[in-house]
Amino acid sequence: MNGMNNISITSLLISSSLVLVTLSFSYWQKLKLEKEVIIGVLRAVVQLVAVGYVLEYVFGFKNPVFTTLLLLFMIFNAAYNAAKRGKAVKKGLMISFLSITVGTIVTLAILVLSKTIQYEPYQIIPVSGMIIGNAMVALGLCYKQIASDFKNKREEVETKLSLGADILPSSIEIIRDSIKTGMLPTIDSAKTLGIVSLPGMMTGLILAGSSPMEAIKYQIMVTFMLLSTTSISSFIACYLSYRSFFNNRKQLIYMK
Amino acid sequence: MSLLEFQNVFFNNDGKSILKNISVSIGQGDFISIVGPSGSGKSTFLKLCSHLISPTNGNIIFKGKNFTDYSPTELRKSIAYCFQTPYLFGDTVMENINFPFSIRNVKTDQKRVNDLFSMFHMASDYLDKDVRNLSGGEKQRIALIRSLLFLPEILLLDEITSALDVDNTKIVENVIDSLNKEGTTVLWITHNPEQSRKYANKVLAIEAGEIKSLEVLK
Repeated sequence: MNGMNNISITSLLISSSLVLVTLSFSYWQKLKLEKEVIIGVLRAVVQLVAVGYVLEYVFGFKNPVFTTLLLLFMIFNAAYNAAKRGKAVKKGLMISFLSITVGTIVTLAILVLSKTIQYEPYQIIPVSGMIIGNAMVALGLCYKQIASDFKNKREEVETKLSLGADILPSSIEIIRDSIKTGMLPTIDSAKTLGIVSLPGMMTGLILAGSSPMEAIKYQIMVTFMLLSTTSISSFIACYLSYRSFFNNRKQLIYMK
Repeated sequence: MSLLEFQNVFFNNDGKSILKNISVSIGQGDFISIVGPSGSGKSTFLKLCSHLISPTNGNIIFKGKNFTDYSPTELRKSIAYCFQTPYLFGDTVMENINFPFSIRNVKTDQKRVNDLFSMFHMASDYLDKDVRNLSGGEKQRIALIRSLLFLPEILLLDEITSALDVDNTKIVENVIDSLNKEGTTVLWITHNPEQSRKYANKVLAIEAGEIKSLEVLK
């Protein structure tokens, strides 16, 4: 990349004085956040240094099987975290794993087949990290919404059941509401791109010396892939999880 | 043979006993008023009849077969349940009226809809009304129409007139009475002593989760 700025260790150390600004504010305003800030900063530095070394190693290891295994590991971790948000959902881990996997595969397949990216670790891993992370957050929101709706809209569901409706037509509004909840943050963020914020990827590319016109191409791709993965994952997760709220006699389970 | 029979039915919720050893037989064409103090288990009894919940112990028999031998949706299509507080979903009355047809994959029978609206003294232009702008009496009548579009074998009514004025109550009572005369079995929870004896042929009294009496009136 032309004009790429190399950040020296000295520059980084000088920029660390910005942390002192935060610490001073905390001390001056008696926010008692000094410990939290120090721990947060140390963790960020250690984690990023570690991931830097890991990525250096991984990017050098150009084996598609290894890349795929790493992808599955990332998806499993994301699914595990999303499932924690959906404790009311039976088989939450399995549903989350399946939803994120399908969302990721479809999105990556389109990107690779259209030659937007190559199935190389240095491209697949960062791109997948973004879409898997986004899907994880979306599923967490979906699960929270679906559990809360089944609790608060009990009357609506039982009215429909009592009319002889099956569990799907009785739950369809809740399913739609939950899918929407999962997707809205991604849609909202797409709407305000460039107006409210310059997203991380675009900012990073521009700082690294790319022209803004080159950077927006990547950002447009990122926006498309986040929308696609979020919608696919939210859709699958909600349609697979609503059954958890009924027993085998198609009765709504009581939730405290 | 009875149409619906409870055989030693118990229902517990959260470790609390709500209904204890309920055994009762309901015949085809019965009009049973269910009476008893608040919290005695009357609504739970109706919910068990509509298979929205299942007994903790005991059996419920419908037309000679255990509830568990039926598909839950088929059972609920034969046994309609009207809640004390009617819940109208969606935006318009039309959505509520179309729902029973759509779940059966049939076209809305406009003649049946019009007939029911006139039985309940309502104009058909209600169909386009926003459900949020309806009064309690209008909501209850729409909810009843929604449950009666496909005539059920058993009609379960949970204090459906408790929030209605005299005129609306009279309209609802007349429709229920005429449906019963045509053969629909009715189980009606009511707190109104006069109402409980006016149309019913039996009065079932429930107290503290147990049957206190089953009085035969006619």
